Amino acid sequence: MAAPDLFFWLCSAVLMLSSVFVVSARSLVHAVFFLILAFLNAAGLFILLGAEFLGMMMLIVYVGAVAVLFLFVVMTLDTGRPGGSLRARLPAALAAGAILLLELAFVAVAGGPGGSPEPLPGGVSNTRALGRLIYTDYAALFELAGAILLVAMIGAIVLAHRYRPGVRRQNPVRQFGRRQGESIRLEDPAVGAGVSEQGR
Amino acid sequence: MNAFLADYLPIALFFVVAGALGGAMAVAAWLVAPQRPDPEKLSAYECGFAPFDDARGRFDVRFYLVAILFIIFDLEIAFLFPWAIALGDIGLYGFGSMMVFLALLTVGFVYEWRKGALEWE
Amino acid sequence: MLDAVLTVLQVTALILLVVVPLLLCVAYLTLAERKILAAAHRRRGPNVVGPFGLLQPFADGLKMLAKETVIPSRANRVVFVLAPVVTFTLSLAAWAVIPVSERVVLADINVGVLYLFAISSLAVYGIIMAGWASNSKYPFLGALRSAAQMVSYEVSIGFVIVTVVLCAGSLNLTEIVRAQEKIWYVVPLLPMAVVFFISSLAETNRAPFDLPEDEAALVAGYATEYSSMLFTMFFLGEYASMILMSAMGTILFLGGWLPLPGTAALALPGFVWFALKTAFLLFLFLWVRATLPRYRYDQLMRIGWKVFLPLSLAWVVLTAGALVAFDALPGGK
Repeated sequence: MAAPDLFFWLCSAVLMLSSVFVVSARSLVHAVFFLILAFLNAAGLFILLGAEFLGMMMLIVYVGAVAVLFLFVVMTLDTGRPGGSLRARLPAALAAGAILLLELAFVAVAGGPGGSPEPLPGGVSNTRALGRLIYTDYAALFELAGAILLVAMIGAIVLAHRYRPGVRRQNPVRQFGRRQGESIRLEDPAVGAGVSEQGR
Repeated sequence: MNAFLADYLPIALFFVVAGALGGAMAVAAWLVAPQRPDPEKLSAYECGFAPFDDARGRFDVRFYLVAILFIIFDLEIAFLFPWAIALGDIGLYGFGSMMVFLALLTVGFVYEWRKGALEWE
Repeated sequence: MLDAVLTVLQVTALILLVVVPLLLCVAYLTLAERKILAAAHRRRGPNVVGPFGLLQPFADGLKMLAKETVIPSRANRVVFVLAPVVTFTLSLAAWAVIPVSERVVLADINVGVLYLFAISSLAVYGIIMAGWASNSKYPFLGALRSAAQMVSYEVSIGFVIVTVVLCAGSLNLTEIVRAQEKIWYVVPLLPMAVVFFISSLAETNRAPFDLPEDEAALVAGYATEYSSMLFTMFFLGEYASMILMSAMGTILFLGGWLPLPGTAALALPGFVWFALKTAFLLFLFLWVRATLPRYRYDQLMRIGWKVFLPLSLAWVVLTAGALVAFDALPGGK
């Protein structure tokens, strides 16, 4: 067996196993850890396919950002007991699984992109090839992605941000703008005369 | 094995070697040093008194907000990378479409700034 | 089959050739730190173990090895032990793609800079895992703060890398260094180099951004419950990632292994220049620690989100605009 095949089977096996553990783990935090393991192996599969840019993005975006958010939420809100039993959720889970399976079957029957694509002439890396397409041929979809991100940003703030009254904030510009004359007054009082509060 | 995957082999092996080294260090200390656990030593540190409840509690919602904003900006960066290396090929049109994209996200950034979501008190 | 085994053995030998000197560097970085801090305080620093204290790091290492591994009773044992191993592994594994000289690199992958960015964004896991697994208040609080801090500065590091990639036209680290043969990027992109350096201080949790280890507020942050070699691995990981960030700075801004302009006649080998530049950046790390007071948490988040993020984003646009306007983009293949 050639080495890439070996890595393929290794990554796929760990991916499948950790996906099962994501569902079956008792603790939510453990589930997220297994999810991260699944992401890592998915990145490995992308790289084995030659899609190195997508593999790295899997690491940077999914493992490095999305899973961090999951961990934050799960770690601080975790009560250790996901509500409801597995049996109660089984119909919904099966339905979602069936839809995915149908989609996969559709791609398999319809052929999809089919086979491994021809490498571009002249040794163009796949990142550059992606760059040539996304911002020109697929510009509309790209802008749509921007709009979705905007909606996500605004939505997050509307949902999660609470304005707290009565907080005294630091204003660094004012702080740095302070001059000696505004805050310090030098006096040379005569003996026994003292310094008056208002005196100038 | 083609040249492309041959480049990734050292990375995979590097993880194995580094992980093995780390594991070996953890085990070495456990083998070499005397282990005399007692309940006081093993209780969580809490400035002198016994910890009275589970340490994992609820947290300020700001931490989630930071994580969400981070995801969004991380995606923005993910879109910038292919653009950055292909900019010579896609010319003014590609430049323009990225500027529109960045303008959209700048709107969001200004919004969150004005709403005070970036404040941390 | 025999061929495959031979290849694996050969590559493993090469990896050890990188890892062993790297760990030696980490050991001597801890000594250098104590010596430099001592010099800043007009003290002597370690000078008892070996000549000039040169054996001090090994004495420290042996001492840590002889300590008991304490695993708190309420901790999650597996994750607790795994956390330092993850930190340590990640801080070493990034070195697979670092070109220390022309063609001297283990894995010359096309997306080297993305790999480094990915590894540095994974570094947050060791800390989160440690904080959660300890099941103790200070580590948990320290880990959350630390994680929020690291992700905040990750964003500006990303934009800085994009700026460099725009100028170099490649994600391959060797290509990025070669693109600097005319001029090091620290000259045209000076503000970005400064942003990168300060962000890398925050990313490695170093002073003045060492809030996770703010001993007055959080004891020892995420590492409070750790002892013995488990603690040592966090410690080594932190210093290895300092060296890594300095090496990244060298590659992105200081021209990697390229000699200083005007010193080509010296004919020093490339890796000497690389090491000198990295050592210079490391010295800056230590100098900053000896000089600046610690930031407050709200100030730290403010700088990350309200100063560095807009600044670096604007610089990306400015650089791209200038390159397009003057038709100076690196040509595509």
